[in-house]
Amino acid sequence: MPAETPIDTRPSGPAPRGSGAEEIIRFDHVTKSFGDNTVLDDLCFSVESGKHVTLIGPSGSGKTTILRLLMTLEKPDSGLIRVNGGQLFPADEKQRREVRKRIGMVFQQFNLFPNMTVLRNITEAPVRVLGLDKDEAEQRARELLELVGLSDKTGAKPSQLSGGQQQRVAIARALAMRPRVLLLDEVTSALDPELVAGVLDLLRDIARSTDITMLCVTHEMNFARDISDEVFMFDGGKVIESGPPERIFTDPVQERTRDFLGAVR
Amino acid sequence: MNWDWSAVVDFLPRLWDGLLVTLQVLVLGSLISFTLGLVWAAGFRAPSRLVRWPVQAVTEFIRTTPLLVQLFFLFFVLPEWGVQFSAFTTGTIAIGLHYSTYTAQVYRAGIDAVPAGQWEAATALSLPAHRTWFAVILPQALRRIVPALGNYVIAMLKDTPLLAAISVLELLQQSRLESAATFQYTEPLTVVGVAFILIAYPASLLVRTLERRLAR
Repeated sequence: MPAETPIDTRPSGPAPRGSGAEEIIRFDHVTKSFGDNTVLDDLCFSVESGKHVTLIGPSGSGKTTILRLLMTLEKPDSGLIRVNGGQLFPADEKQRREVRKRIGMVFQQFNLFPNMTVLRNITEAPVRVLGLDKDEAEQRARELLELVGLSDKTGAKPSQLSGGQQQRVAIARALAMRPRVLLLDEVTSALDPELVAGVLDLLRDIARSTDITMLCVTHEMNFARDISDEVFMFDGGKVIESGPPERIFTDPVQERTRDFLGAVR
Repeated sequence: MNWDWSAVVDFLPRLWDGLLVTLQVLVLGSLISFTLGLVWAAGFRAPSRLVRWPVQAVTEFIRTTPLLVQLFFLFFVLPEWGVQFSAFTTGTIAIGLHYSTYTAQVYRAGIDAVPAGQWEAATALSLPAHRTWFAVILPQALRRIVPALGNYVIAMLKDTPLLAAISVLELLQQSRLESAATFQYTEPLTVVGVAFILIAYPASLLVRTLERRLAR
């Protein structure tokens, strides 16, 4: 198996060897249904540490469900999910919490805590979950706010910020936990068009300057092409095609991938 | 019908006693209903049906039977089973219990109104359950809960005269005693009515202000 295709469709077994990269996410035979609708159908794949993977595909194809499973916001009906050497499913709640600490997520609707200031939004979890002392957490938060270009907003409430600013705070909040895996769920879909570029530029910077593994669901194909090492095309609850973005976007093998890319352009 | 100011003056000592009892019932009844309501609301969200269903059944039963019937039941029937409290204690427990089934709905609605994304963000940050509740969910739910609770306190105030039926010496009962002694009904009853307005109206203004403040 070549190093640039960290998708592993074999039933099970060890991580791909010889590439030198360590596997950080693994789905083994994961099935998830909502009522009669099977959104993930015996799904197997893995992602290597530090890679940036974009999930594309028609809506309802299960992309977001994958992120929600990794964030333990949903439970799979069956199958095994491992992240960062620990098991997320099946696992007891205590074990799941340990694994989850190293996973961060940025949501479509930002989901900042409206009752807290920008600074508190970012320091709350580092203090309460990682046990950082308050000064240390605030120091880290200020550095991150500088990174996302909002140093002057520490005392503001989320409602006083634009959508783009809120999303940048949400990114800072996720990064404050020093995640090994960052999940990005259509992070620009709720933004006014003129605010999209700022958020995407920030994410490009983060993708370039950190070794965080990123799993990204997006409809921004140019962004996907820029930051991805790997693109997974989903349809009918399965990965029907995967590969480096240059190939997927210019010369897809599957007809359904071609149709989808034609439709979104 | 003649209005006799001296009858008003004669009634004042009883009015004062009655007012104190009414306010005591109101404060204690509110505390019972706020606390017990939170217990019921937690019961509504219990993971096990063995908890959820009985809590729903009990609260629904209390909410849909009249407070007066509950008062009589607690005051006249329970002693037959050997459980006996003073009229004041029985009345306070009854009104607190009755209103706890309303406050439970207030808590439930307030908590349900917090967007699912807030729970999800708390999970994504691995916040422990008590932080999720006390730092994220309840502060947001409170802005809807507090004004609604205020309205139920006012409603409870207006239900306290029911306690006269089991001879609690609150405002209405004091006016009945006064009338029984003096055969004057107009002045004591009018004064009691005015006393209720003087408490309830400012209280409702306060709730409205609170509502506007918290809505921001």
